[in-house]
Amino acid sequence: MKLNRRSLLKLSAATMAAGTIGLPAFAQQIDELVIAYNVNLPSWDPTVGPSAVNPTIQGIYQSVFDQYILQQPDLKPAPGLLTEWGWNDDKTQIWMTVRDGVTWHDGSPFTAEDVAWNLARVANPETGSPIQFVWGTLANHRVEGNKVIADVVQFDPTIFKWMYFLTGYVLPKAYYEKVGAEGFEAAPIGTGPYMVEKFERNAFVRLKANANYWGGKPDFDTVTIKFVPDAAARVAEVESGNSHVTLEMPYEEYDRLKGGPLAGIATPISDIGMIFLNDIEAMTDPNVRKAAAHAIDKQAIIDRLLSGYGVKIDTLETPEYDAYDPSITVEYSPEKAVELLAASGYSVDNPVKFKIQTTKGFKPKDYEMMQAIVGLWRKVGIEAEIEVYEIAKHYELRAADQLAPAAFYNWGNSVGDPTTSTGFAMFGPSPHSVWDGKDLIDMIGPLWGEKDEAKRIDGWKAVDKYIAENALVIPLLQYVQPILYAPGVVVTPHASGALLPHLMKRA
Amino acid sequence: MQILRILFLRLLTTLVTLAGVAVIVFFVIRVVPGNPIAMMLPPGATEADVARLSALYGLDKPLPTQFGIWVAGVMQGDFGTSITTRQPVLQLVLSRLPATLELSIMALVMAVILGGIAALVGTRRRGTGTEGAIDIANGMALSVPDFLWGLILILVFGVLVPVFHISGRVTPSLDLPFTTNFYLFESLLRLRFDLWADIVSHMFMPALALAIPLAAIIGQLLKQSLKETMNLDYVTLARTKGYGETRVILREALRNAALPTLTLVGVQFTFLIGGTVIIERLFSYEGLGNMAIDAVINRDLPLIQGIVILFAVIFVAVNMIVDLLYAVLNPRLRHA
Repeated sequence: MKLNRRSLLKLSAATMAAGTIGLPAFAQQIDELVIAYNVNLPSWDPTVGPSAVNPTIQGIYQSVFDQYILQQPDLKPAPGLLTEWGWNDDKTQIWMTVRDGVTWHDGSPFTAEDVAWNLARVANPETGSPIQFVWGTLANHRVEGNKVIADVVQFDPTIFKWMYFLTGYVLPKAYYEKVGAEGFEAAPIGTGPYMVEKFERNAFVRLKANANYWGGKPDFDTVTIKFVPDAAARVAEVESGNSHVTLEMPYEEYDRLKGGPLAGIATPISDIGMIFLNDIEAMTDPNVRKAAAHAIDKQAIIDRLLSGYGVKIDTLETPEYDAYDPSITVEYSPEKAVELLAASGYSVDNPVKFKIQTTKGFKPKDYEMMQAIVGLWRKVGIEAEIEVYEIAKHYELRAADQLAPAAFYNWGNSVGDPTTSTGFAMFGPSPHSVWDGKDLIDMIGPLWGEKDEAKRIDGWKAVDKYIAENALVIPLLQYVQPILYAPGVVVTPHASGALLPHLMKRA
Repeated sequence: MQILRILFLRLLTTLVTLAGVAVIVFFVIRVVPGNPIAMMLPPGATEADVARLSALYGLDKPLPTQFGIWVAGVMQGDFGTSITTRQPVLQLVLSRLPATLELSIMALVMAVILGGIAALVGTRRRGTGTEGAIDIANGMALSVPDFLWGLILILVFGVLVPVFHISGRVTPSLDLPFTTNFYLFESLLRLRFDLWADIVSHMFMPALALAIPLAAIIGQLLKQSLKETMNLDYVTLARTKGYGETRVILREALRNAALPTLTLVGVQFTFLIGGTVIIERLFSYEGLGNMAIDAVINRDLPLIQGIVILFAVIFVAVNMIVDLLYAVLNPRLRHA
């Protein structure tokens, strides 16, 4: 073939036309729902390995697998694969009633045996569950009809909450034993609302609706979840009509698009932003800690840096959590901060100095928030030097109790129990706490095993009050999750932050 | 003989290079802060949990012992198991390699075409405004990094005139009959032009983003070589025979002028493969680069090691091929 200018133009036009094949459009009715998701899915086993404790991929897991107990969009539990559950009178055993009529994606029946096998599997240290320390508090799992009973080795008041939290998923006993771990990775099945049809690692997962789902067949027969980690590419995906739903984009982009061809919803989720205070150097001085807390204008930071998308918090509990107490507040008062610092001999001319560590780009405007806070601190007599680190370094430093005197972090607690927020973040012996004060350890210690629920929650509220009064940590804000979606779909957000296709309906 | 000697020496240095890379990557990623166990520890985990998980992943042993175990495995083709995906590392990286190779080759082809056209047109129209415009375009192409070109392309061809796919490698709803992961090549071999068009539509923007800076380099160097060649006696002789200027450039000057460009293309191709890390991430392209970023974020040590070793193998292989090609094409070396 002779290639001249005309034939070259024809070839270009043909290539461009070919390129448009398969591009979805806004106005068309949605046959196949396409979601641009913000993270990749590394593994299909939601009970072991790092993926099991990665909060951002729980939405995908919950599309395919059911948890023992269903968690509703407001974080409250509801009957799921377990219809009833509880402890015996002296709390030495737990019992669970298993739902009848549920089938696995391969058509085989789901039974109480599956539940008992799963609980025993994750309790076994050799399985490698990161949450083994919780599941290991139960032993001797046994089946009696459609009930599962287990002995309580060590009483944990949150055990049923873990049944709708990280690793609290039910996998198919017979199928798993037949295909093994590798076979399960290649072809996972669950009892969830969607079945895995096709999975390309780092690219997409294509799901088919489970017509036999015990909660009712989902609205969309086919859902494709594309893994698009780059925020700009995700925005372009929905703006171009390539995807119908996406989440976690810059708030400015959300504001720009939500009133145009796309709809948007932004609701608070269970993630919070906070500053860990390590009881070293300047942070051993209560006046410095309290001044640092009083000098931060949280609302101004939310309004100016996060376009208003955030909820100011003064404890590690958000309004949806069980131990939230609105009466505990830490006022913004630069005057009080100056006064407190003066009592310790510090001033603007003679500032107290310490380091603050932060991630940059891990959470929305994390570094910018720390810059703003350092600016506010400077005005009252605190000179903080910012050190940027990767999130992996944060985990390692925190586990080794080597964080700087101040360190920004985000904390997720989608079950809303005070144990998994204030408890793990502030209890000295925990590798996740850097505050080692004995007074706090003594306050928290008895609450781990408190059997009276009302007394337990009151106890945590008292702990939160003590922490706020003594500025042992600086809670900043509850994050708001922005979701953009095409006109043909209605999205129901989940306060855990999980984006769940089966909660999406046709408009 | 000269070529065989070059080949032997390159193979020898390749082995030393790969051994060095293996040592460096193994120890460096274990020295930098952030270990995989800390990444997967949930709130409430105890020191005993840390010890249990460290033992489970073999990270409780001394570093030299861990290195010995790893090297012994590699010698037998076992690169270990990925911590995050729980899949064999070799299987993972080999499954993603074709995607990255296809993307890189497509980008290289685009760069050669674009750079070649720019050089030929610039030479043909030398001293005119067209050459000035090409020089300015070259400068712009060079000064803007590839990921920014990616964003520009997404805006133009993904959003404003949405003709190409923004993310992925192929439309998820398509049934793929392929037996290899070389989708682009296999679709051509199977004469499945519908699939080929879909794959090209996904690959076009990331490949172009990678190609633009390289095209500018090729264009500049080739134009300079052509200009020098155009002043040589044999070209003047061709002109005196009455050949047109275009024919003189294409038939007489280009072959000699292309030789230095070939070496540059080889060297730049390795950089181009390195550039896929960011570009694949931006376009959610399921190649090695995208996987590498996830591996680093999750501190998936075995996977990082596997990817780096594979990248190193590609780099030395490409350099070796370029050296051999140069030796074959260069008459002075060929007849030595």
